[in-house]
Amino acid sequence: MMTLSRWKFITVAAAIIFGLLFALPNVLPASVRASMPGFLPNKTLNLGLDLQGGSYLLLEVDINALRKEKVTNLIEEVRKTFREERIRGELSAITNGVRITITDPAQTDQAFSLLSRQLPQPLRNSMGTDLAVTRVNATTLQAAYSEQGLREQASSAVEQSITIIRKRLDPDGNKEIPVTRQGEDRIVVQAPGESDPEKLKALIGRTAKMTFQMVDENVDLNQAQAGRLPPGAEILPSDDGFQPAYVVSKRAEVTGEMLTSARSENDQQTGEDVVAFRFNSQGARRFGAVTSRSIGKRFAIVLDGRIISAPVINSAITGGSGQITGSFNAESAHELAVQLNAGALPAPLNVEEQRTVGAELGADAVEAGKISTAVGFIAILVFMLLSYGLLFGGISVIALLVNGLLIIAAMSAAQAALTLPGIAGLILTLAVAVDANVLIYERMRDEVRAGRPLVSAMDAGFSRAMETIIDANLTTLLAAAVMFAFGAGPVRGFAWTLSIGVFTSVFTAVVVTQLLLALWFRIKRPKTLPIA
Amino acid sequence: MSFWPLIKILPVKTNFRFVDFAIYAGIASIIAAVASLGFTLIPFKGPCGGLNCGIDFRGGTVLEFTTAPKPVDLAAVNRAMEGKDLGDVQVQTFDGETNAMVRFENPPAASADAVKSEVRRAIASELGAVRFTNDSTVGAKVSGELFQKGITALLVAIGMMLIYIWFRFELQFGLGAVVALFHDVILTFGLIAITKMEFSLTTVAAILTIIGYSMNDTVVVFDRLRENLRKYKKMPLREVIDLSINETLSRTIITGLTALLALAGLAIFGGPALFGFSVIMMFGIVLGTYSSIYVAAPVILLWGVKRGEEEVTPIKFGAASRP
Repeated sequence: MMTLSRWKFITVAAAIIFGLLFALPNVLPASVRASMPGFLPNKTLNLGLDLQGGSYLLLEVDINALRKEKVTNLIEEVRKTFREERIRGELSAITNGVRITITDPAQTDQAFSLLSRQLPQPLRNSMGTDLAVTRVNATTLQAAYSEQGLREQASSAVEQSITIIRKRLDPDGNKEIPVTRQGEDRIVVQAPGESDPEKLKALIGRTAKMTFQMVDENVDLNQAQAGRLPPGAEILPSDDGFQPAYVVSKRAEVTGEMLTSARSENDQQTGEDVVAFRFNSQGARRFGAVTSRSIGKRFAIVLDGRIISAPVINSAITGGSGQITGSFNAESAHELAVQLNAGALPAPLNVEEQRTVGAELGADAVEAGKISTAVGFIAILVFMLLSYGLLFGGISVIALLVNGLLIIAAMSAAQAALTLPGIAGLILTLAVAVDANVLIYERMRDEVRAGRPLVSAMDAGFSRAMETIIDANLTTLLAAAVMFAFGAGPVRGFAWTLSIGVFTSVFTAVVVTQLLLALWFRIKRPKTLPIA
Repeated sequence: MSFWPLIKILPVKTNFRFVDFAIYAGIASIIAAVASLGFTLIPFKGPCGGLNCGIDFRGGTVLEFTTAPKPVDLAAVNRAMEGKDLGDVQVQTFDGETNAMVRFENPPAASADAVKSEVRRAIASELGAVRFTNDSTVGAKVSGELFQKGITALLVAIGMMLIYIWFRFELQFGLGAVVALFHDVILTFGLIAITKMEFSLTTVAAILTIIGYSMNDTVVVFDRLRENLRKYKKMPLREVIDLSINETLSRTIITGLTALLALAGLAIFGGPALFGFSVIMMFGIVLGTYSSIYVAAPVILLWGVKRGEEEVTPIKFGAASRP
């Protein structure tokens, strides 16, 4: 063991070069890092949200709302088909579907074949369809989503939501904001630097489903509110500042999906902030048709069930573009434009967990972390020097320095998040790394005391301590694995630091220490152990 | 120069008769464990009993704010929180009184965001110039899951340690180690309950680390014990245990002191966020050291251990080659 082998030299040298190379960017100013050639590592430590400031959101896609909406849409679709084909019947919602009672039994066959052709969609991940149309009896049909069909829709809704959230947070696509799926129906958003959670949630959380619906001016609002609501109409609350609510036709003439682009701008003539938009060809055609046959009437621009504005149509709008005026300011107009561009969320999102750390507080934590790490590190170094003297103490100090370097390099290279508890993990790792050195040294002392000659005592010190060191470090690794499996956020950061530290510690305490001791042995040819 | 290196002051061979005190230490440990369990569980009110659970485990909202350089006017904050029906409200200052935090429950019906905005407004209007720094909300569903996960993590960790030690040593050793682990974890819970420190996810991480450290310490003693059992086949078990503890004593002291020193630096300079974490770990390190000597080893004495020819040979790892 006390021989100087070439591979040991090479391993240690390679490790130190790796350490220096990957740890270096952390001490370079950003301008230097930017101008470095591409093949050199240029990543600094990836600070967790608790250190750099920012927001963590755990969102849950409201699957129940999604299911309800699916059923509502299904009913609307059946109603539309019946209207077009002149089939008369009554519809009522059941769990996951609709029950249809046909008025004229002679039409049942026609309705059944129509619906079974139109409604079911093939499943993406397996055979079969998402929806089944069944005959209950001579006049009753039933169309219901299968559990698997609904699950698949929910799953694609979650994926769609992730894409939409990403577009909303980062319209230009140049930031790397992690938006990830967690489990069945949850989404994790980590927005570094975003320390205004209210703004963030407003941007992400709003469904932003936009429709253009005709205002029903034949009905008085008061009468409608008293219950005399014509069929196919609904009352929607309004934020336009003129009327608290309007009676509108349920039918959406044009929807937000038909928009190709939206942007906020300041209207030159009125000085108001508005959202200008452009329809796709289908939207433009439909909007043109509606406006040309309804001149003088009002239509309502509805966002998430509330009316933004209800302008009077002055002339047919066939150009395919328009603008929305409302009580916007520059910021809210911009927000709506971003949301319209990203698209509407398929289902509402509920915020289940939110953690925000102010950037300033994060900076304070980094400062405190730096100072306490330095103090802890120096305490360990001084203590080792005091305990084992300049030579053996010094060797473990060098091993520790290499260890620290390797941990920082590995964390930078793996881009593992360094969190506040992670800093504690770092210090603890360094303290426990000393343990390996202590075990080796103590074992050597034992062996010398037992009367062995120095070389074989040192050899035995290493080989016998090795087993204990591995046992002891494996237990730490097990604990870290458990943290990784069950923890989240900062705790995972802690587990990362702890497990990276275990590997670097064993390496430095064993290989680096061995190399240095062997060097010392070769140069000095000592007869006694200085620490015995 | 005779005092340096310090290692030379430590007696070459200590002869403490640790096992003789094991009976008293055992009684003290049992009393402490029962008391800790009491403090942790009483009142029997779910999910946290006597622990001061943070929002991680029981849901709710925490707002932190500062009026630096002025100290926070707590009376005004309390006025702001009055009459809002927010369940168990906690208000406290930290970091030299210029920072404060309020913690409240999420009302079941209203939207958590609306309530939070209202609280912000109320605090701002009572305090005047105030800056909000941190802001966290955990919903009831998530907090329930986190609590369950936290407890599972602790149990899984202890279970894995049992299996590991069983695999590497013998069942008796594993049981000794696990009794020691339970001892450490229960007493740490006692400390958290008595000091009313916040019990959060980070606390669970600290306890898991303690489990790792305590295990580490126990393994070192056990390793030596196993070796000595083989070496001194005729020596009575209690003497072998004493010998093994004495032989590893200098290592135990040096490693323990290093860890304590480093963590003390963290507790003093790490700011309020790391203070609780470091204190719990320091406590755990002291406990882990104590329990390796006075819990893990005596349990083996109680149980006895197979010796002699039929002894299970441990599985070898890597370079370790015994002469």
